[in-house]
This record gives sequence, structure tokens and C-alpha cells, in this order.
Amino acid sequence: MEDKVIKGVGFGILSPDEIRKISVTAIITSEVYDEDGTPIEGGVMDPRLGVIEPGQKCPTCGNQLGQCPGHFGHIELVRPVVHIGFVKHVNDFLSATCRKCGRIKLPEEEIDRYLKIYRAIQSRWQSASKRLVDYVKKTASKATTCPHCGTEQLKIKLEKPITFYEEGKEGLTKLTPSDIRERLERIQDKDVELMGLNPKTSRPELMVLTVLPVPPVTMRPSIMIESGIRAEDDLTHKLVDIIRINERLKESIDAGAPQLIIEDLWDLLQYHISTYFDNEIPGLPPAKHRSGRPLRTLAQRLKGKEGRFRGNLSGKRVDFSARTVISPDPSISIDEVGVPTDVAKILTVPEKVTDWNIEEMRQLVMNGPEKWPGANYIIRPDGRRVDLRYVKDRKALAEGLTPNYIVERHIMNNDVVLFNRQPSLHRISIMAHRARVLPGRTFRLNLLVCPPYNADFDGDEMNLHTPQSEEAVAEAKELMTVHKNILTPRYGGPIMGGTQDYISGAYLMTVKTTLLTKEELSKLLGPVKYSGDVPEPAILSPRPYWTGKQVVSMFLPDNFNFRGPANVSSGTRICKDEDCPHDSFILIKKGKLLTGVFDKKGLGNQQPESVLHWLIKEYPEDYGLWIMDNLFKLFIRFAEIRGLTMTYNDVKIPAEAVSKIAEQSKETRKEIENLIAKFERGELEPIPGRTLEESLENYILDALDKLRNSAGETGSSYLDPFNNAYIMARTGARGSLLNLTQMSAMLGQQSIRGERIKRGYKGRVIPHFKQGDISPEARGFIYSSFSRGLNPIEMFFHAAAGREGLVDTAVRTSQSGYMQRRLINALSDVRLEYDGTVRNISGDLIQTFYGYDGVHPMKSVHGKAIDINRAIERVVGWKR
Amino acid sequence: MRSSTKKKVDPLSYHLTPKHELLTAEQAFEVLKSLGVTPDQLPWMRASDPVAKAIGARPGDLVKVTRKNPLGGEVVIYRYIISG
Ligand SMILES: [Mg+2]
Ligand SMILES: [Zn+2]
Ligand SMILES: [Zn+2]
Ligand SMILES: [Zn+2]
Repeated sequence: MEDKVIKGVGFGILSPDEIRKISVTAIITSEVYDEDGTPIEGGVMDPRLGVIEPGQKCPTCGNQLGQCPGHFGHIELVRPVVHIGFVKHVNDFLSATCRKCGRIKLPEEEIDRYLKIYRAIQSRWQSASKRLVDYVKKTASKATTCPHCGTEQLKIKLEKPITFYEEGKEGLTKLTPSDIRERLERIQDKDVELMGLNPKTSRPELMVLTVLPVPPVTMRPSIMIESGIRAEDDLTHKLVDIIRINERLKESIDAGAPQLIIEDLWDLLQYHISTYFDNEIPGLPPAKHRSGRPLRTLAQRLKGKEGRFRGNLSGKRVDFSARTVISPDPSISIDEVGVPTDVAKILTVPEKVTDWNIEEMRQLVMNGPEKWPGANYIIRPDGRRVDLRYVKDRKALAEGLTPNYIVERHIMNNDVVLFNRQPSLHRISIMAHRARVLPGRTFRLNLLVCPPYNADFDGDEMNLHTPQSEEAVAEAKELMTVHKNILTPRYGGPIMGGTQDYISGAYLMTVKTTLLTKEELSKLLGPVKYSGDVPEPAILSPRPYWTGKQVVSMFLPDNFNFRGPANVSSGTRICKDEDCPHDSFILIKKGKLLTGVFDKKGLGNQQPESVLHWLIKEYPEDYGLWIMDNLFKLFIRFAEIRGLTMTYNDVKIPAEAVSKIAEQSKETRKEIENLIAKFERGELEPIPGRTLEESLENYILDALDKLRNSAGETGSSYLDPFNNAYIMARTGARGSLLNLTQMSAMLGQQSIRGERIKRGYKGRVIPHFKQGDISPEARGFIYSSFSRGLNPIEMFFHAAAGREGLVDTAVRTSQSGYMQRRLINALSDVRLEYDGTVRNISGDLIQTFYGYDGVHPMKSVHGKAIDINRAIERVVGWKR
Repeated sequence: MRSSTKKKVDPLSYHLTPKHELLTAEQAFEVLKSLGVTPDQLPWMRASDPVAKAIGARPGDLVKVTRKNPLGGEVVIYRYIISG
């Protein structure tokens, strides 16, 4: 047989003759099975429609289950029915053409002229031709008399979803599908063409069905549920309904039943066929199963998230993948991923046997599927696969290995794998890692790669995929490796970087007071890959001490300069430049950290124009990888050695402070009582543009806000800014000053939708207050602190406000997920062409020059092609 | 009624309106050739657009729009006028 090449795919509407031609049998009875359960010939499960049970042989094609593609049948409809998917087209045709002669209601010359234009532009400017068709439809529908035969025209009214009426002087007359089909038949081919359809494949009268195809049983198999009862597919149920009504309609017509009854049955047939195509038509009650569940008919099989397109075609399931819980491992490299041995024994890579690896491969085959590292399959040069699970003598097989065999060996250390966490919102949600096979049952990842995946370890799971070809591996390595993606393509800043303990550790290490003995220094550098020199100790007597800044400087390149404030530079400890006693201004000259501390601003993730950013951007990728692996490990080590924890004492304030805050509370309470009294006397000064009630509410909120702030200030002034909790807040490692004051001083106002809590019972939130009580405590103000403890009422308000946050995030994620989906679908085929323009797949011009500046954001500095200030700083920075 | 009292505004003189120029057939042909596009592959603008009306653009015309880019410099884009 000669090879055929597919040139294109055409769409059209099946004609009744075509339907009969592809049909193997007419379906004539609503009976499905006889008494002993065998399918009845001429029923919807007719054996000629295909095989659905193993061992059966198809009477039509002779194939068995799996080979038989299934065969169509057909139902002859007693009366025609409008196809629900074409109602809009039918309406257009009826409205635009003459009710008598079937011509488009435009003068002959105009039809000819438009048709000429249409044919000229149809293939080249589809969009323009569509607009021309719309214009023709619109103007033709307006005509009140036919320019061809002079017949007066009536308005066509479509009553959703499927009933057509003609609006005459005497009122509405219903058009039956038969009437409609007759009219559509009268329309000439050239008029059909001008209406935008191809008359050769899609004559309009085919939009009114007279024969209904019955799909093969292979696409609607019946399933056996327990106790041997057969459950039919929804489509089968629907087809049975259609045949039943069709039968009854035929009987009624044959018996000469009254017109009214026939029309009712006809409408019912229309309903069943419409819901057979789509069971979610607005204005039509969905057809239901006996249990009340709506039926899943043809459109429902295709539509939506679980439909054929999104669920089965764009959402394919893949082999060579694994999924499990993730857990942290600060001792592996950022571009590694810990893979459990159990997983490594299932995921495989095909490796060709060569003269150079044959001994290794023999060993792997000998180890077999159960022992890691081993192999699960071998593929012989003739293409036969051998499953090593069932090979008794693996040793012999291994001996027989020759070049050109392929061994599907287990994943081993340093194999490239793709690692992914959903939702995959940006490209760095999937990165290439080197596998590192470890004991345990979880995937292990370095904490520094958590930010791009947005991963934490409260039960998150991640997926792992193994590339199966050298090309795939090369591509993954070159484009997706972790250390090539430290800078995000979103804005060019470092998306990976220090978090939490890394930040505290870096701060504690670089703080002025940190002095290290030789032993301590050795202990720190032990687990780190550092081979350079150790500088002279900063302090020589009474014994040598190295400062933390010296240790960090060992990791910085010699030509690195930087000036900028640290995160701790705020409030009373702010530093404008390096001449500052608080040591919070970072100054790096020639790779030496002279002043300032490393904290979130210096080494944190997502901190653009920071020390980390310039280190990653201005030095080779290997250096970035090395510093992320080693310098950061040092910080963790230091935090471990020094110890970093939080105690009650970190947030405890003395009795003196507590009574001060109580005093402030009392004053504010009095102030608010006065406001309320003033309001009740009508003496309250309204805020411009507000009602009196709103003004009072505003005054109260202001007073309470002031109270919380002053309580917070009082409280925090008694806290030691160098205790661990405070250090974590100041360095940006975890927590904020607000969290500290809420723990030590006062929680403050709980709010829902930015207002004091007011919903609940009539005039009050909970029954512990009088109706109309608008005092602070009745509307969600919490005087207590977390360390003092909340009373039950305060606890209730706190929970109510906390609930709002949860609801908000739930709503936001679903909304932004949908937005993301629409954006991605709209942008997925947009690409940068070699001429610098941005176009989509059909060649539409989106941008004449990429981004109108030609700058790749990943290679940019905050969207700019170059940062002049940094360029100058790099060269002359240390001179000032 | 509203229409009789409506004030006539010249959209071209408004400070946020970028510069719009109607291209001659020759210029349009040149532009299409240099970009390698058919007219309908360009972004569209309706003939009923206030600016299109103001510069007298008719369906099928090409309009050159010069606008300021937030990143500095000027950006030239072309619009294909459609009916409506
Ligand atoms: Mg989580
Ligand atoms: Zn068959
Ligand atoms: Zn006519
Ligand atoms: Zn506006």
C-alpha cells in the first residue's frame, strides 16, 4: 500500500445518506436485552455495533476486544428535529433569507458583488471575510420584502433554547422543524456560501436532523457492578429514551392521534435529542438519572476540567515519574535532590551498552530489579524487551550482554531529573536537579530552593521526572539547572537566597561581637568546601581571634565592592553610611566585609540589588552555586553552635510596663466613653462627608489604634533588642515587631472587612453584651497580650478575624488560578521571532520589538538593561 | 437631549493621546513589506474610534502610532483600521 500524507482536516455536517452509509444497522427497538441477558438485535446494544466483552468476536469486522474499533448504527427519526448545536446558524439562515423563495434578502447584484469580494478575501483574510458575512446577515435580516419575489417578510423569533416563531400581524406562529427544514432546503448554494458555509460539505438543511447516528458500544460500554447487575452508560440510557419517544410518536401518527398530542411528543423527542447532545443547555431542565444525578451526555464528555480536552488531551499522565512528601536536607547541594531508594529502584534511564561501560552494565543487570543500583529491563539489539523480574539466571544474561544492548538501569547519583511542585505558576516551578539516592521515603531538597517552588515541609508533596534521552538530559542541564535559575526571569532579582535560620545565622556570624578561636573556626570550616587561605586573625593577644566578618570575607571575591544598608538599619539603630556605631551599613571593599551585618537585605531571597544579587549576577554560575552551598551552610552551622531559640522571657515585660499599658487602656476607654456620650448628646463634631455614626466609629477606631501603638511602643521599649526573638524580627528572619508587641503588650482591634466586628445577633456580636453596646470590648478590641492570655470573648473575636484570612486566601487562590489559566492560554503561542518581533502562531504582530526595549528581564536589573549606579560602584566603589 | 449639549472634544489635542498618523497607500505598503505581515495581522483599531475619526481613517487604512515608552524612548506601532 502506498503511503498517504494528510494534507488537511475538513469539517462538515453529515447528511442522512452518509449517516445511513456508515451505519451497520438501523436501531429500531427500545428493548435492550432479552430475558437471559443477551443483547437484542436492533437494540442500542446490538452486537454488530462492536465488542465490549473479552473473548467475543465482532460480527461486523471479526476482530476481538481492543482491535474492533466499534461501528455506528442509526435511528430513523419519525419527525425531523433541530440540532441543538446549530440553533444559532438556523436562526441566521431563517432571518436572512426569504420565507418563500429562500434567497438572501438582498438584490441579486449585491449578492453577486459581495460574493465576489468574499471569494477573493476568504482564504487570505479570514477575519475580514467573517465581518463581511456578519454584515450581509445583518442587512439581509432587516429587509421587509423580498427583492427577488416581492413576498412580504415576517420577523423570525427564536424562543430560547430551540423554538422558532414567525411574527405576523395576527401574532406568533410556531415553525415546526419540518417547516424549518423545508425553508433551509430552498436556499441556493451560492447564498449558502455568502452566509459563510461551504455548501458542498455543510448544507443548512442538514442542521435539522432526520437520521440520528448511534455511536458504537465501544464508546459507551456497559459495566458489571457487584452482584452481576449490569449498569449502562449514560449515553445508552439517553438513546433508549430517544428510541422510546420515537416509537410512541410513530404509533400516535399511525393511529391518527390528535395534532396536539403529536406535537407534544414531537417536542419531547426534540428535548431528548437536545439533551443527548448537551445536558447543560440554559433554559432546558437537564435530563436526570433515576437517582437524580444529571446525565453526562456528549458535550459533558468534552467540556470542562475533567473533559476530553483538558482532562485527557492536554492533561496526559506520564511514566518515569514519582511523587512523595518532601523534607529538608541542608547538607545536600542546592542542585541535588534526595531520592528514596525505593523510588530509585522503579525510575529507570535507558543506557546503551558500549565497550566502555559493559562491565558496569553487567553488574547492574546482575543486581537486578530488587537491589539498588540495578536494572529493570534490558532491550536486546533486535528490539525485544526482557523483564529482569522474570529472568531466573541473571548472571548468564549479564554475560551475554554485548554492545548495542540497552539497559534500563536504576536512577543513580548525579543523574539529571526534573523536579516540580504544583501549582506550576512560573518556569522555575520545574527545575533540573542531580539525583542523590538516599535512605528514607521522602524527597530531600536544600532549603535554599524552597522559594522558587514555594515549598515548605508541612506535608507538601513534589513530583520527579526522569528524562529518557541524551537530548532531553542536555536540554534540562543547559536550561533548567538550579544554579542557572537563581535569578528569576520575572524581574532579574535572586529568587533563591537565605530564609529564616540562614538569615539569623548570617546576622549572628557577622555581628561585631562574634569572635572565633582557631578551634571554633576549624569546626565551622570543616563541613565546607573551602580551599583558600585563612587570613591573619583580627585579634592577636591574649590569643588569636577571628571576627565573623573575616570568615564571611573569605568567601567573597577579591574584586567585590558593595555599599548599602542592612535590614537591621531601622528605628533607633539606623545607619546612613559606614561611619555609624550601630554597624548596620554594609560596606564591602575588595572582597572584605568592613562594616555592617548580613541579614535579609544582604542575603535574603527575593531581595534585588543586594549583596547576594550582585554576587550571583556578576560572577560565574559555579561561583553562585558554590557560595549558596557553602557560605550558607556556614551560617546554619554557626546558628547551631551558638544556639538560637525563643523563650517566654523574650516577650515578657516587667510589671511596671504592664501597669503603664493598663493605665493607657483606662485612659482610652474613658476617652471613648466620652465620645459616645458626646454622640448621644448630639455634640459630636462630624467628619466632613461622613454621617454622625460613621464619624463616631472613625473617632473610636483612631483612639483604639493610638492605644495599640502606644501600648506596643511601651511594651517593646522594655524588650531587649538583642534577645533572640527580637533579633529574628529585626534581621527579617522570622516575625515582625507587630508579632512581638502582640505577644508582649496588646493584641489590639480584631477586624472583619476592615471594620470593627459587628455581625452576629441583633445589635450585638455575642450575647455577652447588651444590644447596641459599641464599646471597644464589645466590638472586638483585645486588651490582652498573647503572653497574658485571652479571655473567652477575646478568643472568639480573634478566631472570627482569623477566619476571614483563611476565607480570603481560599477565594483568592481560586480566582487567581482561573485568571492564570486564561492568561496562559492567551499567551501560550506567543514567541520571539528572529527579527526581534513578537508574534503568535498565526503571525499576528504583538510587539514590533520584544518588550519595546529588547531586554530579557532575567538578564536585566529590575527591568532595566543596565544599572549605572552599580556599574560605577563596581569600579570605584571602594574609593567612594 | 444629551447629544445636543455634548461638548466637542478633540482627542488629538489631549495630552495622553499618542501621535496618530494616517499612512498613504505607498507608505502602508512599505510598512507591511518591512514587517512581513498582512494588514489583518497588525493590531486593529475600529473606524469608530475617536482618534480614527479625528484623523479621517477609513476601514482598510493603516495608522502609525508613535507613543512614549515607560522605559524611555519612542515606540512606533501600526494599527489596521476595521469597520465598526
Ligand atoms: Mg505547605
Ligand atoms: Zn467490529
Ligand atoms: Zn423571495
Ligand atoms: Zn477614563
